[in-house]
Amino acid sequence: MQETTPPPGATAPVFYEQEEHAHGDGGTLFGFWLYLMSDCLIFAALFATYGVLGRNYAAGPSGADLFDLRLVAVNTGLLLLSSITYGFAMLEMDKERVGPTLKWLAVTGLFGAGFIGIELYEFAHLIHEGATPQRSAFLSSFFALVGTHGLHVTFGIVWLVTLMVQVRRYGLIADNRRRLMCLSMFWHFLDVVWIGVFTFVYLMGAMR
Amino acid sequence: MRKPMNPNHKSADGRPGVSLKRSLLRTLALLAAAGLLAGCGMTVMDPSGDIAVQQRNLIIASTALMLLVILPVIALTFIFAWRYRASNTDADATYDPDFHHSTQLEVVIWTVPLLIIIALGAMTWVSTHTLDPYRPLSRIAPNKPVPADVKPLTVEVVALDWKWLFIYPEHGVASVNEMAAPANVPITFRITSSSVWNTFYVPALAGMIYAMPGMETKLHAVMNQEGDFTGISGQYSGSGFSRMNFGFRSLSPQGFDEWVAKAKASGAPLDRQAYLALEKPSEAEPVRYFTSVENGLFGAIVGLCVAPGQMCVHEMHHIDRMGGAVADSEANRQRLEYDSRRLQGGDEPSGATFPASGRPPRSLEEPEGVMPRDQPGEEGGKTPPSNAPSRPESGPAPTQLNNRPADGHQH
Amino acid sequence: MFSNLDLQQFIFGRLTLEAIPYHEPILVVTFIVVALGGLALVGAVTWYGKWGYLWREWFTSVDHKKIGIMYIILAIVMLLRGFADAVMMLTQKALAVGAEGYLPPHHYDQIFTAHGTIMIFFMAMPFVTGVMNYIMPLQIGARDVAFPFLNNFSFWMTAGGAVLTMMSLFVGEFSRATWLAYPPLSGAAYSPGVGVDYYIWGLQIAGVGTTLSGINLIATIVKMRAPGMTMMKLPVFTWTTLASNAIIVTIFPILTATLALLALDRYVGTRFFTNDFGGNSMLYMNLIWIWGHPEVYVLILPAFGIYSEVVSTFCSKRLFGYTSMVYATMVIAVVSWLVWLHHFFTMGAGANVNAFFGITTMIISIPTGAKVFNWLFTMYRGKIRFETPMIWVLGFIPTFVIGGLTGVLLAVPPADFVLHNSLFLVAHFHNVIIGGVVFGLLAGVQYWFPKAFGYKLDPFWGKASFWCWLVGFWVTFMPIYIIGLMGVTRRTQYFDDPALQPFLTTAAIGVFIIMAGILSFLIQLFVSYLRREQLRDLTGDPWGGRTLEWSTTSPPPPYNFAFTPMVHDLDAWWDMKKRGHDKPLQGFKPIHMPKNTGTGVILAALSTVLGFALVWYIWWLAALSFVALLAVAIAHTFNYDRDYYIPAEDVLRIESRRTAQPAGA
Repeated sequence: MQETTPPPGATAPVFYEQEEHAHGDGGTLFGFWLYLMSDCLIFAALFATYGVLGRNYAAGPSGADLFDLRLVAVNTGLLLLSSITYGFAMLEMDKERVGPTLKWLAVTGLFGAGFIGIELYEFAHLIHEGATPQRSAFLSSFFALVGTHGLHVTFGIVWLVTLMVQVRRYGLIADNRRRLMCLSMFWHFLDVVWIGVFTFVYLMGAMR
Repeated sequence: MRKPMNPNHKSADGRPGVSLKRSLLRTLALLAAAGLLAGCGMTVMDPSGDIAVQQRNLIIASTALMLLVILPVIALTFIFAWRYRASNTDADATYDPDFHHSTQLEVVIWTVPLLIIIALGAMTWVSTHTLDPYRPLSRIAPNKPVPADVKPLTVEVVALDWKWLFIYPEHGVASVNEMAAPANVPITFRITSSSVWNTFYVPALAGMIYAMPGMETKLHAVMNQEGDFTGISGQYSGSGFSRMNFGFRSLSPQGFDEWVAKAKASGAPLDRQAYLALEKPSEAEPVRYFTSVENGLFGAIVGLCVAPGQMCVHEMHHIDRMGGAVADSEANRQRLEYDSRRLQGGDEPSGATFPASGRPPRSLEEPEGVMPRDQPGEEGGKTPPSNAPSRPESGPAPTQLNNRPADGHQH
Repeated sequence: MFSNLDLQQFIFGRLTLEAIPYHEPILVVTFIVVALGGLALVGAVTWYGKWGYLWREWFTSVDHKKIGIMYIILAIVMLLRGFADAVMMLTQKALAVGAEGYLPPHHYDQIFTAHGTIMIFFMAMPFVTGVMNYIMPLQIGARDVAFPFLNNFSFWMTAGGAVLTMMSLFVGEFSRATWLAYPPLSGAAYSPGVGVDYYIWGLQIAGVGTTLSGINLIATIVKMRAPGMTMMKLPVFTWTTLASNAIIVTIFPILTATLALLALDRYVGTRFFTNDFGGNSMLYMNLIWIWGHPEVYVLILPAFGIYSEVVSTFCSKRLFGYTSMVYATMVIAVVSWLVWLHHFFTMGAGANVNAFFGITTMIISIPTGAKVFNWLFTMYRGKIRFETPMIWVLGFIPTFVIGGLTGVLLAVPPADFVLHNSLFLVAHFHNVIIGGVVFGLLAGVQYWFPKAFGYKLDPFWGKASFWCWLVGFWVTFMPIYIIGLMGVTRRTQYFDDPALQPFLTTAAIGVFIIMAGILSFLIQLFVSYLRREQLRDLTGDPWGGRTLEWSTTSPPPPYNFAFTPMVHDLDAWWDMKKRGHDKPLQGFKPIHMPKNTGTGVILAALSTVLGFALVWYIWWLAALSFVALLAVAIAHTFNYDRDYYIPAEDVLRIESRRTAQPAGA
C-alpha cells in the first residue's frame, strides 16, 4: 500500500483517461467460465447426492444388475468424438471458413443427438424393467445425475443449431465467434462431466 | 409450560465461582427486561440435571470469556465516538488523517480475538467430547461417579404426531406424554420418530437431540432432583407441534417403582395394532399407560415396519449391502412403502396446504388431529379454553392443565 | 359430468375458485388494501401517461443504477410484507399465553415460513444486490456492469420469484414447512398441497437471477476496473462485493440443485429425502446448509463494506488497516464454506465432527473481531461527523458484537444442545441480521441516497428512524433472548406458562417500535422529496467522500464518467481532490453504451407463469410457457444490434449542464 501524502510541490498525475477504449470481449469468456464453474457445482451437488445415496438400492436392482457397459461405452465414444469434431469446427472458424465450420458443427450435433438417443433408449429400458426413479434412492440419484447431464447436452444441441443458423446467416462475425467459443467451452465441459459420470456411476457401479 | 413445575423450586444455586458471572448476565438481561425477571424460571440457566448443569456452566464460562473483548469494544465505541467528535475542540482529540496503519496495533487486534478463540476452542474440544450425548455417563453429579451397583435406566422414546411415546424395555411398560425416572440414576435414551423430525428436549435435564424417522439417536443424562419437569419438541413438526409436550417426573426409587406398578395396572397392552392406532396424528393427548409392550416394538418403529408385511430398514440395508435384489424387486417395493400410509389412510398430513388439506385457504378451521378452537370465528381468543377438558377422548395432557391458570391469565 | 370435471382439471389443474380466500376477513381486507393501492398506482401512472416512460426508462433499462434502484424498491416493498408477518407472529404469541391467540396453526405456520423466506430471499438479498449494483461500478470507475442485459434479466427473475411468493397470499396457501423446508416434513407425503411448491418455484426463479447477478458483478470487478485500480486499491465495499458474489456463485447452484431434488421428490415421486426407499433427509440438511450458512455472509459482508465506507468518510480519515480488512473479508468468505454443520450439532454426528465445525465457526469471529477493531481505530484520531449514516454505524457496533457473542456461544456444541432451535437462537440471528445487515443497508441508503437522487435525506426523520429501530430491536429481542433461556423453542404458537406473558408483551411492544422506525424511514423519503430543493446537493460530493462514486455528478449521467478516471492511490477521489485534478471540460468522445431491451422482462414474466403453472399442475400452461421461454431466448440471440453511441455533442451538453455545478474540490 502506498502512502497517501504526496511530497509537497509534486505535480499532480494524470487523473482522467482522455482516450476512449472499447471494452474487450474478455469479459464474456470470463463470465461464461464463471457460469460453467457454478454449473459445475450443480453437478458437484448431484455427484455428492449420488455418493451418499448410490448404494441405497432399497432391496431393488443395483448398478451391476442394470448397467449395460457396452452401450455406455458407445455413448462415451460418441460424446468424446463430438468434442473432437467441435475442435475441428473451431479450427475452421479460425481460418474463417464458414462452410467447413458449419459442416463440423453439424457432425458434432449429430454425435450429440446420437448420445441423447442412446441415453433415452437406456432410460426407457430401465423404466420398462421396473428400475424407475421412484424405485430407490439409488435410482433417483442416478436418473437425476445422468438426466441433468443429458438435459445439458440437449440444450447444447439446441444452442448449436441456433448458432449454425446464425453463422450461416451472418457469417463468422466477432459476435458469432465469441458465441462459438462459449459453446465450445460448454461442450467440452459436458464432456469432462461425462467422464466423471462414466467413471463414478457406470464403471464403479458395474464393478460393485 | 416451558418451565419446570418444580414445587420446591430452588432459589439460587450455591456455586460461588459462577455467581458473579451469573449476576453479570442477569444484569445484562435486567437492562432490557427491567425487573421482569423476578419470578421467571430461566430453566436453561438453572437446570436440575448434571448434564444440563455442565452445559449451563459452559454457557456462562464462554460468555465471560467473550465479554473480555466485547465489553472493551462497546466501551471504546462510545469513548472514541465522543472524544473524536468533530465539534470537540480539546487538544487531546488530535485529528490525524494519516493514522491508518500500525503494525503493532494490528498484531494486537488479530491476536486478542485469536487468543480468546484458542481458549474457547480448547474448551469446546474438551466439552464436546465429555458432553457427547452418545457417551455413557461417568458421573451423576460433580465428584459423584456412577455407583457400581446402579444400572442405567433405558428409555425408548418415539416422537409421534404430536405426542411422545416412552417405552421401558426393562420394565415392560410404556406411557404417552409422561415419562418417569428415578432421580440420580443415569438414563439412556434411545430416540426415534414416526413421521418427521422432532427434537427430544427436557430443558432441565439435558440438551436436545433430533428424533428422526428410520433412525435412532442416543442421549445419556441424569436428573439430580425429584420433581415434575416439562419436556418438549424443539423441532417444528406440523400442525400440533406447539402442544407436543410431556411431563418428566423425576421420582424417588420407590416412587418410580410405584409409577411402574401403576402403569402395569392401568391401561391396555401396547402391541403393533395399538401402536398403529396411536401413531395417527393427534394433539394434546392425555397421559396414558400401557401395561405391557410387544417384544421388539421399538426396533420395528425404528425400522419403519410396525405394520404387518412391511420390510424393516435393517433388512433393507442388509439386502443393499449384499448388492440389492433384482428378482424380488417388485415384491420388496410394496413392502417398503411407508410415507404414503398417511395419505392412504385418509389422515391429514402434518403440513398439508390447500388443496390437499381439504380446507379453504387460511380458514379458521383447524387441521385434523388438532384441538378445536375455543370460540370459532372470534378473533383474539383471549378466553381460556373452557370446553377443552370435556372433549370426547383427548383433553389436554395434565402437564398442560396444571400450568394453565384457572382464571385465564390476562395480559 | 365426468368429462366436464376432466376438462376443468385439464384447464385449471388443481386450481379452483376455492383457492381464493374470499371468506377470510383478514385476507379480504389485505387484498382490498393491496388492490386499492395497486389501482391508485396504476391509475396515477395512467393519468400522468407514464407507462411508456416507465417501460422505456426503467423496466427495460440495462443501466446498473436504475436496476439497483429497482432492486431496492422491491426490497422495501417486501420488507413491508415480511414485517407484517412479524407483527402478526408476535401479536399472536403475546395473545396466546394460556389462550389460543387469533391464528389457527396452519395459518400461523405459513406466516413464520413466509416471514423467513421473504426476509432473506426477497428483502435482504435484493437490498444487498441493489446497493452492490448501484455503487460498485461507480466505485471502480466503470460505465456499467460487464453484462448489462443479464443484469436486467437477473432483477426481473428476482422480482418474478417475489411475485410468485406474494401470489400465494391470495391464491392458495404458502408453505408451512419452515423457511428451509426440511424434509421429510416438506415432502409430498407430509406437506401435500401447493404451499411448498410455491416456495420451491419462488426460490428457484429468484435463485437463477441471483446466480447470474453474482457472475455479472464478479466479471465487472475483475474486468472493468478503471486504469490503475489494482486489486489492493479497490474500495473496501467493492472488495466485500467481490467476496459476497464469489460466495453467491458457489452456493446458489447448490441451493438450485437441492430444491430441484426436493421438487423431484414432490412432483415425480423420487426418493431423495423420503423416509422410505433409502432416502436420506440428513442429506438435505447438509446440502441446504452448505448453501444456508455462507448465505448469511453473502448478506453481511457487503454490509461490512458499507460500514467501512461510512466510517472512513465521516471520520475524514482513511480506513484503518485496509490490508487486514481485505484479508479479513477473504478469510471470512473462505471459512464460511466450512461451518455449515453447526446448524445441526444435535443430529448426532459425533463429538469429533461437532467439535471441528464448532471451532471453524469460532475461527470466523477472529477476522470479524479484527474488522470491528479496524472500525474503532478508524474513529480513533478522526474527526467524526454524526450525520445520519454514521449514527447507524455507532448503533451497529455494540448491537452486532452482542450478536456475535451469542453466535459464538451457539457454536459451542454442548451449549448449542440447550440453545438449538430455541428462541435464544431466533434472537441471535435477528441480532446479527437486523443489527448487522439491515442497519448496514439503511446506513447505505442514507449515505448514497444523495448520489442517486441529487439531494440528501432529511436528517430529522432519519435519526427518528434510527432510534426507533435501535430501541425497537432491543425491546423486541432482549425478552426473546430471555425466554429462549427459559427453554422456549421457536415456532411455538401457544404458551401455558404465565411467566412468559411480560416478555411476550414486551416483545410485541418492541415490534411496534420497529414499525415506527420503518414508518419514519418512509416519511423521511417523502419529506425529503418535498424538501428536495433545500436538501439539494450540487457538488456530487456532499459528505466529503473518498471513493470514485463521489467524483461524478449526482445523479450520475447514464455513462457514469465522461472520462474514465485514472487511479493512483487507495481512496482515489480523496487523492484526486488532494493532489488537484483537472476535470477536462472538452474533448469528449462518443460513448459506447448498451441498448435497453424488454427481453429480460418478458423472460422473467414467462418464468413466473411457468412457476405458477407448475404450482397448480396446469401442465399445458407449463409446457406452453416453457416453449415460449426458449423461443424468446433464442429470438433474443438473433438481435445483434445491442449497443449504440452517445454522440460527443450529447456528452458535451450533459456535461456542461452538470459541470455548471463543479463537482468536488
